[in-house]
Amino acid sequence: MTTATDEALIQSTADGQIMSGWSERAPSPRGGARLEAIEVSAWFGQTQVLDDVSLSMPPATVTALIGPSGCGKSTFLRILNRMHESVPGAQLAGEVRLNGEDIYAPGQRVTRARKRIGMVFQKPNPFPAMSIADNVTSGLALTNIRISRGDRRGLVEDCLNRAGLWREVKDRLGAPGSVLSGGQQQRLCIARALAVEPEVLLMDEPCSALDPTSTRRIEETIAELSSQVTIVIVTHNMQQAHRVSQQAALFLADERAPGGIVECGPTEQLFSNPVDPRTADYVDGRFG
Amino acid sequence: MTIVGNGSPQGVQITPRLPRRLTPGREPSDWIFHGLATTVGLSVLAVTGAIGLFLGYQSIPTLRHYGWHFFTQSNWLPELNQIGIAAVLVGTAEVALIAMFVSFPLALMFALFITDYAPPRIKSWLVSAVDLMAAVPSIIYGLWGFFLLQPHAIDVARWLSQYLGWLPIFHVDTDPNAAVWQQSSYTGSAFIAGLAVSMMAIPLACAVMRAVFDQAPLGEREAAMALGGTRFGVARTVVLPFAKGGIIGGTMLALGRALGETAAVLIIISPEYLIKARILEAGTQTISALIAANFGDATTSQLSALLTAGFVLFLITLTVNTCAAVVIRRSRSGASTDI
Ligand SMILES: Nc1ncnc2c1ncn2[C@@H]1O[C@H](COP(=O)(O)OP(=O)(O)O)[C@@H](O)[C@H]1O
Ligand SMILES: [Mg+2]
Repeated sequence: MTTATDEALIQSTADGQIMSGWSERAPSPRGGARLEAIEVSAWFGQTQVLDDVSLSMPPATVTALIGPSGCGKSTFLRILNRMHESVPGAQLAGEVRLNGEDIYAPGQRVTRARKRIGMVFQKPNPFPAMSIADNVTSGLALTNIRISRGDRRGLVEDCLNRAGLWREVKDRLGAPGSVLSGGQQQRLCIARALAVEPEVLLMDEPCSALDPTSTRRIEETIAELSSQVTIVIVTHNMQQAHRVSQQAALFLADERAPGGIVECGPTEQLFSNPVDPRTADYVDGRFG
Repeated sequence: MTIVGNGSPQGVQITPRLPRRLTPGREPSDWIFHGLATTVGLSVLAVTGAIGLFLGYQSIPTLRHYGWHFFTQSNWLPELNQIGIAAVLVGTAEVALIAMFVSFPLALMFALFITDYAPPRIKSWLVSAVDLMAAVPSIIYGLWGFFLLQPHAIDVARWLSQYLGWLPIFHVDTDPNAAVWQQSSYTGSAFIAGLAVSMMAIPLACAVMRAVFDQAPLGEREAAMALGGTRFGVARTVVLPFAKGGIIGGTMLALGRALGETAAVLIIISPEYLIKARILEAGTQTISALIAANFGDATTSQLSALLTAGFVLFLITLTVNTCAAVVIRRSRSGASTDI
């Protein structure tokens, strides 16, 4: 891959020739916020799917959530940005604190929580009728943030750069989002999530629908972003978890019992020297 | 094209390779259903075609006799040999457009409320309520319009003509500011008929719009929500762009319904054969109401004239509905995010 040119491009924009207007507008401290889940439980109707999950996700860190299907990883992730409550019949207990503030506290606005805690879904979901550039700035339109023409161009370039897509789409920013390949669409979704300057970025199996090359691009993107935002990523791929994350948590659910965290800690330790025998079994691929 | 055969390793046998004939694997029960469905489908087409042919055939004498005057003459005076549909065409369009003007925003908002705002528990109740609205016979809407709506609607009409009377369409040929105002100048107008017809157009448009709104991809909805969008934001960025075709199609279906509505219009309007833009003023006429009102005591030639008017209405509604179907069908394709 042409990583060298990539570096050069990123460097040149970081110098701020083109995106000067934008960087003035960007007040939020890069590095992200601390996100803490405290004794979180979740239900769909009468069925409890998560029981008493606590996890701290520090700033500028990639946290990987691993575990077999159906153990509640997606549910947990969606609780972290209040998407869980959009499912009819969904309930939860516990707290989610963003820099110490409970996002579920009365008076907290759900739109604000979601804006601060961005999300990338398993299946790429760009707005198909919108152009690539409009897709990137759609979050601003959705949250009624006005931005001048020049700033907008800078923002589009900045976000596409950070998502590692700029080079591939810079000549067709007006084309609809749906013409891109799956991997490009997913990176467009990352760029779109970055445009509203989230403090945390949640990713639910972002590579599971993608080919190895696109997967590697996205992993590079995650590595580049990890110094700027707190990242929480669900993945089925042990190597991927190993490659991208600094901290990992293993979710398991017993037969008909709600899911929960079995072990969590620095990724290196979880993979090489797990405490719980179930973790050893899982990371070695003996079940799951 | 010829391809080297693979019969034996040594044999350099060259045979033209032809595709095998494939017969779609249908079970006997499939054949029966296929036959039934085809028969029903074709007979529906045949009936529609036959109606068109019948009306067209019946129109020949009238069109021969009156020629183009049938479309330019506004009087309907068979005794004086003056027959034309210019005024009723205008009246039909006015009533239908007023109905659309009122029903479009209401149907759109109600459909959006059902799919995107209403709590899931009451969603099915609201759907049934709209379906019930569609099930009410039009004569009931006519009576409702005449006895319950009209006494209040004339106040609105007077208010409109007071403040917007300088616009030709809101003008009424009476003094709106008179101490004792002329109520009969405002009754039986295209405006009031249009209001009653809108009640019948709403459920139709609403049902189509709701069905299309519900199909807006969940992935895109969640994307908009996860970016911090409000419900209205989700509707604006995802649902409405996705449903554009369904909105247009549903509106046109409702327009087709409004153009042909008879009973309610017949009850409400005071018949008048005059091309006029003054929708608030008493007196108008539509094609279907004209036919219904004069069918009973028509002579043979008058009957032919009425059927010709019916033929024109048939062609208009057929065009509108076909356009609606095309728009709805087009809108479904290529609108989702599938990769
Ligand atoms: N919308 C839903 N309604 C009911 N049950 C659900 C829903 N979504 C997920 N579940 C259930 O919750 C459990 C956890 O699901 P999920 O969080 O998607 O697991 P994972 O992402 O780890 O594969 C599963 O048993 C699943 O069947
Ligand atoms: Mg999942």
